[in-house]
Amino acid sequence: MRIEVTTDKCSGCESCIDSCPYTAIVMKEGKAYINEYCQLCRACLGVCPEGAIKEVLEEGESPALRESRIEDYSGVWIFAEQRGGRVASVAFELLGAGRRLADERRSELSAVLLGGSEAEAQELVRWGADRVYLCSDAIYEHFNDEPYAEMLSLLIKEHRPEIVLAGATPIGRSFFPRVAAKLWTGLTADCTSLEIDKETGNLLQVRPAFGGNIMATILCPHNRPQMATVRPRVMKRGRYDEEKKGAVIRVDAQGLSSRTRVIQTIKEVSEIAVNLQEVDVIVSGGRGLGDAKGFKLLEELAEVLGGAVGASRAAVDEGWVPYSHQVGQTGKTVCPRMYIACGISGAVQHLVGMQSSDIIIAINKNPDAPIFNVATYGIVGDVYEIVPMLIKKIKEAKG
Amino acid sequence: MNIIICIKQVPDTAEVRINPETNTLIREGVPSIINPYDMHAIEAGLQIKEKTGGKVTVITMGPPQAESALRDAISMGVDQGVLLTDRAFAGSDTWATSYTLAKAVEKLGADMVICGKQAIDGDTAQVGPEMAEFLNIPHIAYVRRIEAIEADSIRVQRLMDEGYDIVESSLPVLLTIVKEINEPRLPSLKGKMAAKKAEIRKWSFSDLGADAEKIGLKGSPTQVKNIFAPEAKKDRKMLEGALEEQVGALVKELGSLKCV
Repeated sequence: MRIEVTTDKCSGCESCIDSCPYTAIVMKEGKAYINEYCQLCRACLGVCPEGAIKEVLEEGESPALRESRIEDYSGVWIFAEQRGGRVASVAFELLGAGRRLADERRSELSAVLLGGSEAEAQELVRWGADRVYLCSDAIYEHFNDEPYAEMLSLLIKEHRPEIVLAGATPIGRSFFPRVAAKLWTGLTADCTSLEIDKETGNLLQVRPAFGGNIMATILCPHNRPQMATVRPRVMKRGRYDEEKKGAVIRVDAQGLSSRTRVIQTIKEVSEIAVNLQEVDVIVSGGRGLGDAKGFKLLEELAEVLGGAVGASRAAVDEGWVPYSHQVGQTGKTVCPRMYIACGISGAVQHLVGMQSSDIIIAINKNPDAPIFNVATYGIVGDVYEIVPMLIKKIKEAKG
Repeated sequence: MNIIICIKQVPDTAEVRINPETNTLIREGVPSIINPYDMHAIEAGLQIKEKTGGKVTVITMGPPQAESALRDAISMGVDQGVLLTDRAFAGSDTWATSYTLAKAVEKLGADMVICGKQAIDGDTAQVGPEMAEFLNIPHIAYVRRIEAIEADSIRVQRLMDEGYDIVESSLPVLLTIVKEINEPRLPSLKGKMAAKKAEIRKWSFSDLGADAEKIGLKGSPTQVKNIFAPEAKKDRKMLEGALEEQVGALVKELGSLKCV
C-alpha cells in the first residue's frame, strides 16, 4: 500500500501538512508531495478538502494475513499477574474492563493465572471471571518470560479467545510481546480506553503516543486475538460477587523450560509510592513552589486531609522530593478521589498520570496553565497564600 | 563478543503537540534525535566491549535520513552501522519491525542484542521482546545494571514494580535497558572523524532473506484508525472573587461532596 496525492486535484491549500506526525508531507511547486518519511499511518486521509489524498493498494495486495478465520475466535481473556503468589490489583481492574467487553460481545470472560493458588483463582471468579485457567507449577514461582509466553500461547491456540488483556506492568509489558510475536497478531501497549466498534465488532484500542501529546485509536482488524496492555489504575474494578461460581481449570506446565533464571528478588519499594496509588487524597507540588520548603506546606495540607504528597517531574528533577513521589508518564499513575495540584503547570506527561482522578483542584499563578483544562475547580493565585488559607478553612469545617 | 544495538531515530517528542482547536499537529522545527533510551543501550554495549573485547554494531530501520543516527552512534565509539531501508518496510508496526530487525541480526550474528526499553514516539516497549522471540533467544527487559558477564552467561538486575530481580541468562540474549544503567558518553574527536568516514551498509528487503508476507504493511497486524488531542474536562469550574472567598467556596463545595 502507499498513500498518494492526486496532483491534479491538489489546490495547494497546505491543510494536509500539519496532519502528518512524521513530517512526510511537503510542498513541491505549489502541490503537496508525500516523501519517504511516510509511515502509512493514515492520519492525512480525509483531511484534504479536495479529496486529493488517497491510499492505493498494490496489485494483489490484501492486508489479510490471518491463519484461521476471525469467526472462530470468541471470548475475552485477561492475564492475572501474581507476585509472590498474590494476584496484583491490576488483574481485578482488567476483570472490570473484560467483563464489560465480554457482556457486549455476549461471550465469556476467562482469566489465566500462572503460579497462584486455588483460593486466588476463586477470588478472580468473584471479581467477574467465568473461568480461570490455573497453573500452580513451581516454574511460575518467579517471573521468567519464556515459560509465561509459551503457556499463554498454547492456551490461546487451543481456546481461541478474541481479546486478551494484561496489565502494562514490568511483567505484562515484557512477556506479552513474545506471545504476540508467536501468534502473529497485534498488540497495543498502555491502552487508556477499550471499546467495541458497534459496526465491525473490532476492539477500539485508545492509547497515548508521542509522550502523551497525542492519542491514537488502534485496530487489529484481520488477526486474532486482539491483544492489549492497560496501565494499572486506569480501568475501574467491576462488581464483587461473593456468591459467583466459576470453573477453575487446572493446566500443567509439562515440557516448559526457561533460559533465564531469577536468583533473587529484592524489594525496595518505598511506602510513599505504594501509598500514592492507595490513598483517597493526593496533594502534589510542581516547579511553581520555587523550592523544597513548599513541600512542607503541602505535607501539612495532606495531613489535614488524610492524604499523601505527590510531585511533578520538574519538582523531582530539582531535587525537592524523591522520585518515589513522582506522578505522571515516567512516575506513578494515580486515581485518588481528590487530587490537588499546586504550582503544577500541567504538562501532558503529568496529566496522563492523574487526569482520571475524581476531583482535580488546580492552584496556579498562571491562568493559562494547561492544568486548568483538566481541573474540576481552579484557583488562580499564589500557592503560598492559598494553601495556608485552605488548611485553616478545612480545619474550621472539620470543627 | 559480538554486540548488536538496535536504535531508532525519533522526533524530539517533548515538542510535538496537537492544536486542540484544529486537531492537527504542531511540530514546527521538531528535530530528529536518537531515541534517548537507545543512547543508554549504546553506552551499555560500549562498556561491555571494553570489558570483553569484540565488536559493536548499531542497526536501525528507517528512511535514508536515519543514516545520520548511525553516524552519531559511531561518533560515540561504535564500530559499524547498518541501515535497513526500503519502501517495502514502510507502514511496519511493532510486529513487522521486530521481524525485520531480527532478520538483520540473524544475518550479522550476535552474542548479545541491546535495545533501549522503549522509543519515545511510540512508547510501546514491544520491539525488543518481540525480536527475541523471532530470534528464538531469551530476553530480559528493564535492565538497570549488568552485574557479571561470562563466556556463555550474563547476570543482571531487572527493574520490577516493587524493587528488582537478579536474573541470570544464557547467551545469546537480548536486553532492554532503562536510563538508570549508565550515563551515555559524549562523542570524542576521534569518534567524530570516524563517523564522517564510516561506510554505512544499506540493506534492503532483498538483502535480508525475509518473508515478503511478514514485512511492512502486509506483516503488520495493527492499524492506526485515527489520532486526536487528549480530551479536556468539560465540567470544570474556575472560582471567582477575592482569594479568601474562593477558598471558602471551594471548601464548601468539597464539604457538599463529602471530601472534607
